[in-house]
Amino acid sequence: MEFVTSADIVVIGGGITGTAVLRELSKYNLDCLLVEKEPDLAMGTTKANSAILHAGFDAPTGSLKALTNVRGNKLYHDLEKELDLDIKWTGSMVAATNEEEMQTLQELLQRGRANGVEGLKILTHDEVLREEPNLKTVLGALWAPTAGVCWPFGAAVAFAECAVQNGARVMRDCRVLGFIKEDGRIAGVETNRGVIKTRYVVNASGIYADEIARLAGDESFTINPRKGEYILFDKTACSSLVYGVVFPTPTKKSKGILICTTTHGNTFIGPNAQDLHEREDLAVTTEGMNEIMASARKLIPNLPMGASITEFAGLRAVSSTGDFIVGASGVAGFYNAAGMQSPGLTSAPAVAEILAGAIAEDSGAVKKADFKKDLPRKVSFCRMTRSQQAAVIEKNKLYGRVICRCETVTEAEIVEAIKGPCGARTVDGVKRRTRAGMGRCQGGFCGPRVTQIIARELNIPIPEVLKERADSHLFYEKNQADREEA
Amino acid sequence: METKIMNCIMCPMGCEMTVTIENGTVASVKGNTCPRGDKYARDEITAPKRMLTSTVSIEGGMLPLLPVVSADVLPKERILDCAVYLRKIKIRTPVKTGDIIVKDILGLGVDIVASRDMEAHG
Amino acid sequence: MDQLYDVIIVGGGPAGLSAAYSARENGAGRILIIERDRELGGILQQCIHNGFGLHHFKKELTGPGYAQRCIELIKDKPEIEVLVDTMVLEVLRDKTVIAVSPEKGLLYLQGKTIILTMGCRERTRGAIRIPGERPAGVFTAGAAQRMVNMEGYLPGHKIVILGSGDIGLIMARRMSLEGCQVQAVLEICPYSNGLTRNIVQCLNDYDIPLYLSHTIIKIHGEKRVTGVTVAKVDEKNAPIPGTEFDIECDTILLSVGLIPENELSNGLMLDMHPLTSGPVVDQHRQTSLPGIYAAGNVVHVHDLVDFVSEEAEIAGKFAALEAQGKADGNLRSVDVRPVDGVRTCVPQKLSLPEGGEPVKLFMRVAAPQRKVRLEVKSGDAVLFSKMLPIVKPSEMVAVEIPAEKIALSGSEITVGLQQ
Repeated sequence: MEFVTSADIVVIGGGITGTAVLRELSKYNLDCLLVEKEPDLAMGTTKANSAILHAGFDAPTGSLKALTNVRGNKLYHDLEKELDLDIKWTGSMVAATNEEEMQTLQELLQRGRANGVEGLKILTHDEVLREEPNLKTVLGALWAPTAGVCWPFGAAVAFAECAVQNGARVMRDCRVLGFIKEDGRIAGVETNRGVIKTRYVVNASGIYADEIARLAGDESFTINPRKGEYILFDKTACSSLVYGVVFPTPTKKSKGILICTTTHGNTFIGPNAQDLHEREDLAVTTEGMNEIMASARKLIPNLPMGASITEFAGLRAVSSTGDFIVGASGVAGFYNAAGMQSPGLTSAPAVAEILAGAIAEDSGAVKKADFKKDLPRKVSFCRMTRSQQAAVIEKNKLYGRVICRCETVTEAEIVEAIKGPCGARTVDGVKRRTRAGMGRCQGGFCGPRVTQIIARELNIPIPEVLKERADSHLFYEKNQADREEA
Repeated sequence: METKIMNCIMCPMGCEMTVTIENGTVASVKGNTCPRGDKYARDEITAPKRMLTSTVSIEGGMLPLLPVVSADVLPKERILDCAVYLRKIKIRTPVKTGDIIVKDILGLGVDIVASRDMEAHG
Repeated sequence: MDQLYDVIIVGGGPAGLSAAYSARENGAGRILIIERDRELGGILQQCIHNGFGLHHFKKELTGPGYAQRCIELIKDKPEIEVLVDTMVLEVLRDKTVIAVSPEKGLLYLQGKTIILTMGCRERTRGAIRIPGERPAGVFTAGAAQRMVNMEGYLPGHKIVILGSGDIGLIMARRMSLEGCQVQAVLEICPYSNGLTRNIVQCLNDYDIPLYLSHTIIKIHGEKRVTGVTVAKVDEKNAPIPGTEFDIECDTILLSVGLIPENELSNGLMLDMHPLTSGPVVDQHRQTSLPGIYAAGNVVHVHDLVDFVSEEAEIAGKFAALEAQGKADGNLRSVDVRPVDGVRTCVPQKLSLPEGGEPVKLFMRVAAPQRKVRLEVKSGDAVLFSKMLPIVKPSEMVAVEIPAEKIALSGSEITVGLQQ
């Protein structure tokens, strides 16, 4: 058989779980390869979720979710420094508006303590208002100081970059079509780019995890996509919303529609929870937005809707087992990291430890002595002091050209985002790495300029630059037919 | 006798005019604030005319396109033909505002001229 | 610091250029224009259509033609310096301007006065909350205009335009001339928000349908736009069930309004007006912070660049006078309050010298009306009135109130429409 390449392990899926697993595996003397079907990493659930690093009081005590949540939360404290992650340790509140909900807070408090969450306590009405002055209707709240918010896309890219600096590889635009098995065990992965020879596979394919598992012969679970819609507000709106993470008191179905800050100082409301029949339904709906707004108004009656800047939807992979599915499957060499709905983001580094440990044991791999855990710091022009800004322009004058005026992103940062180890190739890829286009004008001004920079840096014609996914072309050659005639 | 209400397009004021037509010719124009309105209304009934603005390709400048404008109005029904013709034009810098880019476009007696300067760019 | 300027102008579009010209004509000694783009002229450089300049230059010009005229007026003047490719990061309340450019690095510049002329930006899809997927192919009309008219690329081939503002209408014609199919222009209001001449020459001439009281209720397409679902809306702008229909397209251009650029104004903590979204100014275009002036679309969005130039020349003049220590002191303050059918009025306040001075008011009405009388009143006393044959929200109303009338005003005047 012809192989396009070979690896000891192929990780399928470049979301937060896949990249965390890849980074963990790159600590071992293993040749690791991650394949991602889209033109960029983190294009599924990772790019559109609530971005919360949960404290860990939600999941039932003893569940894999509870275990990895609390462990994952701790690991992010180290990863933040090593990988220069964007994290704000805001703490979180679960707000109760009546006595019944106050009762529920007590249950959450007990469960949280049983799960090993530190620092939990119940706040009074006045204590809540001291932190969040707009929560006037709230009776009390459960305070979890260990919770935070992060930038999940950035975390996934940082995990991948760290893995790459330790020898792992990433192939994008690489879709898995099937598996080669020999004597019942994995021997290769068939992709649109050819067959990859390997003996181990980690299935971290998000909402497609059941389909991928079935291709390998593992039919033990199914994944039901659940859509969540969000409304994002301009930075200026936080003074009329919240400064941290505020959940309503949860119901059986979900943690509810929250009001939450982001690492970049915006505020969002969402998500609702809609079970889907189609896997790719990312449409934002009028009903969904009304639902979110109505629910958020229970906590903050006067939402500053004039300051909303965008809406988006994300899909969560809900597994048929109700818990994460992590570890070896019935197929030799095939490992799952599936059903990674909330708190999947928080749990990812802990899940990665479990999986990498299991695979290392099975394959006899050992940890490398020279694992490079720290990533070089990235320049964020808008967060620098004026004298630092002057100094970086001295070194590279492209830091002196502001491309995105809403977020003050310079041309040099965009070029670096494209040239990086898992560099951006799309306009949205640049946006998620640098924030160019994320401000209130939503790329109206800088989008075309970013398109031109990508074309220049990748040496491709402008019509080949994509917005986000395969075939999402932005611009077309003008007058081409006419010119050829002439 | 027939009356038509039309808005003048000669300038952004957009005067609303009442045009009286007798036997296919314009008998009177009312509501215009300047003579251009009167002329526009009469032309619009008999032979409508429009200005054309577009771009042509240019080499050697800061931009790949040069904006151009017709020096006078063109017959409305030939506007698209002229636009198609301009898409095939390719010129070189330097260009000054008012330079003739296409002389007598499609034999209609109107020149197409540059709307701006464009210098040769290093 | 050797970088002390009489007037620093932030933005080199028509407002900034006109302000610079006027500041020099009024004696300012050292003037600096800071422009973030690679050349002067601002948004006019992409507005290649004609219809500019009839008031200001008494000649009909294209956008680049108008820009060129403004540039000629300031060119080769030793008092006027220009920095292009330079972005202002911050203006401090002491009139220090912090700017950055690839060639000059980080710059600290000190002005005796500052004129803010940053113009406006386009509202986006998010601001109006259109449901549906988030595929490629949704552009603001202005972003598409720049690609088509300056960079040489098309945003697509089969176009639906949401919003009948002038940029949308102009782009409908532009795309038609480029050989694209413009399927429809949709407007949520029961009337167009663009100039009538543009409905005639940009839509009617090209048989492009204009659907009033209609909006997009869903965008289709996962990777690239494939179409939109459209519905009629009721008086509250809510879609009416049963009126939905689909239009096939690969591109949606948004022309759903413009908002003043506010970053620097907010950073300066200027008093802002909730309806114009720009800083509150007096008739000299001075903001709530002495020495800081603002003019053009950064104050309120205009439909005619001629008025932008006119206002900017006022700002330029008074900034220049202040920088030379020639400004009038002891001014009497009068509030200008829009009432009865007038939505916004600039200036929002007057700072009158003894005896008053003529003041030009620039207004937008709330809804279209015919045969109305504009009344400027102080209490119950009518200071000034004028008959207007037709008023529309899309067309700014400008009237000059004579000095002797203004002199009679109390601490507040109102401007309103009477049938």
